[in-house]
This record gives sequence, C-alpha cells and structure tokens, in this order.
Amino acid sequence: MDLRYGPEYEKFRAELRAFLAEQRPRAPRAGFGEGLLTDTQLAPWQRLLIERGYAARTIPQAYGGGGFAPDPLIAAIIAEEFRAAGVPGPASGQGIDMLVPTLLEHGTEEQKRRWIPPTVRAELIWCQGYSEPGAGSDLASLTTAGRVEGDTVVINGQKIWTSTAHVAKLMFGLVRTEPEAKKHAGISYLLIPMDTPGIEVRPLRTMTGYAEFNEVFFTDVRVPLANLVGKRGEGWKIANTTLRHERDMLGSASTSESLFHGLVKALREEPVDGRRALDDPNLRDQLAAIQARTLAMRCHAMRLLTARARGESPGVAGLVTKLNGCQLNHDLAGLAIDGAGEVGALSRDAARARDGGRWHFHWMFQLGLIIGGGTAQIQKNIIAERGLGMPREPK
Amino acid sequence: MDFGLSDEQRLLDDTVRRFLAERLPLARVRALRDAGSPFDREAWKELAALGVVGCLVPESFGGAGLGVLDAAVIATAFGHGASPLPFLGPCVLAPLLLRELGSPEQQQAWLPRLASGEARLAVAAAERVERRQDAGVREAGGRLDGVALFVIDGGAADAFLVPRGDDLWLVPRGAPGLEVLPLPTLDATRSLVELRLHAVAPAERLGPAGGAGAALDRAIDVARALLAADLLGCCDRALALAVAYAMQRKQFERPIASFQAVKHLCAEMAAAIEPARALVWYAAHAFDALQGEAALDAALAKSHLAEVGTFVVRTATEVHGGIGFTDACDLHFWFKRVALSRQLLGGPTRLRTRAAELQGWAS
Repeated sequence: MDLRYGPEYEKFRAELRAFLAEQRPRAPRAGFGEGLLTDTQLAPWQRLLIERGYAARTIPQAYGGGGFAPDPLIAAIIAEEFRAAGVPGPASGQGIDMLVPTLLEHGTEEQKRRWIPPTVRAELIWCQGYSEPGAGSDLASLTTAGRVEGDTVVINGQKIWTSTAHVAKLMFGLVRTEPEAKKHAGISYLLIPMDTPGIEVRPLRTMTGYAEFNEVFFTDVRVPLANLVGKRGEGWKIANTTLRHERDMLGSASTSESLFHGLVKALREEPVDGRRALDDPNLRDQLAAIQARTLAMRCHAMRLLTARARGESPGVAGLVTKLNGCQLNHDLAGLAIDGAGEVGALSRDAARARDGGRWHFHWMFQLGLIIGGGTAQIQKNIIAERGLGMPREPK
Repeated sequence: MDFGLSDEQRLLDDTVRRFLAERLPLARVRALRDAGSPFDREAWKELAALGVVGCLVPESFGGAGLGVLDAAVIATAFGHGASPLPFLGPCVLAPLLLRELGSPEQQQAWLPRLASGEARLAVAAAERVERRQDAGVREAGGRLDGVALFVIDGGAADAFLVPRGDDLWLVPRGAPGLEVLPLPTLDATRSLVELRLHAVAPAERLGPAGGAGAALDRAIDVARALLAADLLGCCDRALALAVAYAMQRKQFERPIASFQAVKHLCAEMAAAIEPARALVWYAAHAFDALQGEAALDAALAKSHLAEVGTFVVRTATEVHGGIGFTDACDLHFWFKRVALSRQLLGGPTRLRTRAAELQGWAS
C-alpha cells in the first residue's frame, strides 16, 4: 500500500495543474439536464487536450490519439485534476467510450481511419441504439429489422433511451439481420448516419422534467452494408465487449465525492430556525454515515485502479461499482433534499429554490441510472453468477 | 500509487487463516465455549511463535515490528476464523501504549514478554469512550477505587492498564483490592471482564502524570480500525457460509442458489462487503502513512463496518433459513461476534458523532 504517485507521476500532475491554471478561463462550462455540452462547445477544448496529451492518450496516433501505452495512474491523475479544477475533462460519451474501443477491436482499417479521428476530437457525437421498447433487460430479444438488400441494409423499427440522439450525427446500433437465426445469433452491429431519410428522433421527457433521452423511429432507412462492424450476425458478441465499459462509467466515485461536498455545503448554508441545517445532530449522523459510504467507494475505485495497473483480476469487487455507486448518488441527493425540508421540495423555477433544482435533478436522474445500463436486479444476477459462482435460473 | 495488499500481507493473511482453520476450527471454538473459557494457552503460544502476537511490538524488543495495515490483515483473519484468542488487549492496545508512554525500563520489562506471549495485558479503555451504568475509576491518596467495564481480552490477562482521567496505571491481576469478574457477552469467542477496584495501590504509572490521554485516544482509534477489520472478516465468512449452503440446499427440486430471491441476497452482501474492504484497508493504512486523518477514518470505518456487518450476518442467517436459527449451525458465532464488535469502543452512532466533531460540523 502506497498512496503516493512517485516523482514521474507528480511531475505529470504538476504540468497538468499549470496547464489548467492557465487555460481555465477558456474552458467550457458543464451543465446538467439539457445543458449538456455540444460538439461546437467541446471540440476546440478537446483538440487542445489531445494536443497536450490529456485526451485520447491511448488511441493510436494513426487514428488521431496520443499513442501512449495505457497507464491507469495517469488516467486517474487526469480525472482527479480536471475534477479539482472544476473544468470539463477529456471528452467522454458513448462514441468515445464505447464505439471507439469497439472499432479498435472489430473495425476494418477503413472504418477505423474514417470514424475514430473525428470521434476522439469530439467533432462527431454518437448515440447508442441498443434498447427497444420490447427489449430492455432482455436486450437480445430486439426486433428492429436490418434487411440486407444487395449492398444496403434497410432498417425498420424503434430504439428507445437513446441519449444524445437529438445532437448525434451517427448511431451505432444493433439490428436483426438474420430473422431466422437464434435470438443472439441474428444481430448485427451497424453504423447509421442520423441524417438518413426515414429516421425520426422524438425527445423523451423524463420525470426530471428534462428530455435526457430520445426515441428513434426507423422507416425504410437505407444504410450501406459497408457500415456493418464485424461480420453479419456477430453484433451481440461485439456489443458485449464494450457493455462492461458502460457499467464502469455509471456510479463513479468522483460523482459521489462531488455530490457529497455539495451536500455538506448545502447543509451548512440552509437556514432552519435561525440555525444551520447542519446543527441538527440527526442530520449530522446521516451525513457521517453517507460520508463513510462515499469514502468506501473512493477507496474501492483506488483498489480497482491498482488491480488494473497490477494486471490482476479484481474478482467480485469489479462487479459492484454500478449497483453501489448509483444508489449512493441517489441517497446523497435525497439527503440534501431532506436537509432543506419543504425548501427541498420547491420546483426548480421557484425563486426560493436552492441550487437551481440541482438536487431534484440528481435525485431523480440517479434513480434512472439505477435502472438504466443494466437494472439493479440484472447487476445482482451478474454479481451472484459471475462473482459468487451461483447457478443461473433454469429456463 | 498502489492501493492493495502486498505479497507479504497476503502471505500473512493466508498464514493466520490457515493456522486458525487447522488449530482452532469451529468445533474447537464450540468446545471452548461449552467449557466456559475461550482461552487456549497452547494455541496462543503457537500463534506467538508465528510472530502474530508481537505484530505491533518493535523488532528491537523481539516483536515483528509490523504496521497497522498488517495488524488489520491479522484482525480480518481473526474475524474470519471467529478466533477465540486474545488480540486487541495484548497485541494492540498494550504494545501501542507501552511504545508511546512506557519508560525504557517499562518497555524492556513488558514489550519482549508481550511479543513472546508470556505476558498478557488488557486495557480498561471502555470508559475513555463512554461510561455505562456505575462505571468510573477514582483516585484518592494514591489508591484507585471504582469500576471499569468491558475490558477486552481481560479473561486471560495477567495485568491491566487502567486509566483514571489522563493518567494510566498498571495494576497486576493479583493486586490486593482488585476483583476481576467475568462479563459474559453474546460473543463466546472473546472474553470481557469487569474490574472492581477497592483502594488498589497500582504498581506503577505509564507516562507522566496527566499525560496519557492523547496516547490512549490514539490507541483506541487504532483498535477501532482493527475492530472494523475483524468485522470485515466476519462478513467474508458469513457470506461464504451462505453461498455454500445455498449451493447444496435443495428445495423445489433445485439448489436454492438458483433462485433469484436468494441470489440477490448474496449479491447484496457482496456489494456491501467489497467497498467496505477497501475502506478498512484505507483506515488502517492511515495510521501508517496519513496520521492527520487517521482518527476520522477509523471512526468512519468502524461505524460503517458495524452497519455492513449487521446487515451481512442477518442476511446470511436468512439465506440459511430455519437451520440458520439453530445452535447446530455455526453461523451464529459470527452473528454474535459482529453484535459485540458493533458496540465495542463506540457504537455506530457514537462514532458518527465523533466523525462530525472531528470535522467541525457541530457549531
């Protein structure tokens, strides 16, 4: 156990800090709900970060990245320092985090050269077309058809929970190209330009009041067969290599820590009976309890990072981040609301509302994340089956 | 940056687990319980020979000179094995207090014998945290009077370190006026005692007059981190027992482990345990490398592990169904060990209050 990073890492950190101090005024501001950054806000910043080696570090230079060997400690320092500076870090999103690794592993040379460079530069925003109204936890039962006609795939069907579809230029999605094959064997992984005729994007307003998601409808949408990634019928396997990335993205310790710090601040500032909410010993008790959970998740993240750096399997520990993290974030926001009492229940438009309705948003949005990206119940199946070796439910 | 156990620590974990599994399997723990005395003198000597008893005694005094994280590895193995051997008194609190407060003569007199297992000291630390019922030690004319409760590992101790305010006194077990009464708890694997002092003339003082308070508080903080580690070991064992039982128990013609209702209980235990493990390592490591935040980390870790531990042992019992409620099922040894550890040296509410105070949350 040694929590120091060592001189070469500290040098890297010092350079990054100096860079952030200098560039901070020019950095774009992150929002929440519909205030997400768009490509025009993000791309110039991302280009600068790539140039300095803070973004797309491990992407080969031939595809627009830095070509560095993966180093989990460098990645952690980058995440820590951008968070501490309150500045948007290396661009993330489904294109960069899920499509790019998929293309690197399964794409043709032409696909890699064509799609990876603009994606890592944050010029191309992607959306993920996996879930359907009838295919959620049982994703492999998806029915959106991709009928192959010569060198074209004709798509008909519907996708749902498609975040960023309203701003995305492309979708990477799963369509059923072999309707006669078995459930998992008939699916293909396809890149679909969102300006193709026959695509309709409808915003999906959620309980938060924002439309963080969309529904996407396909009517005779014609896409070149060359846009298939991997072979026909191998889409399920290809998608699964990157679904893990999504689970690790959700429930990160950094989100929890930043919510916790905001929570302490909110309880310090909220007046009750002429005192501070934090003067209530019951609230302090709950605050310390949730602080312990937050610290545990930070330590857990350091443990997983170390396992990656050592090249060891983290075992069952590697499967519990999303289940714990999203619930913790939901509870952190819930405690901030409780601390504010009726003020916590004010609509975000109300003049007396605190923090612009931020806590409501997180409270509800994190509940959405408990369900999305593999429900809590699916996570528990994975933990029990893959982590503890318990048998699958007989069919 | 390296957040995890070293190869040496993994070996230590393996050594202690194997020793307990072979030398003190639960059948033996049961026999000791039924005999009404958890102390196994022979096993204790063997444990000392492994260097475990003297883990926190400096090498210059014949100990292993290990750190608090190493001690946490041992404590987790003790929890996992429901070890009936002393630990917090003679292996943790006493050596830490002697290291910090003892004169060179006192260190020379006690530390080598603590490391070898010949001497066993227990520390009456409970009242430093909170006074229950009629507890409290007074001093008048150089004599100690009063009651000290919940002295951990007191059953096998041959001398006691007894605080009175910020003074710390050494009282041998046979001192005139000292009564040592067993204080049976739910947990049959550890021995707590009550001390009744009637005008006891203490043998000697550790540290300067009125100068032991800070060292006592630090030692108690370390003990809290190690109680958290012990709780973690109990959680590991309870989950392992639950999964193993669910795999072999059949109902409706299939193992109950294949029912989602049962699987999800096990998954919830694992999900609670793994981040808690990282927290325990961190809190223990804080005493070795991040002293400034160690007291806070210990309070957070122990209160959190008390909650996780309580959840895990009750859930593991539920996975066992009716058999989990019987004495014949081993699981309740861990259930009860958790129940005692949860309260020792500050229950979760008390420790969360301390965490709040340490951070200046209360105005």
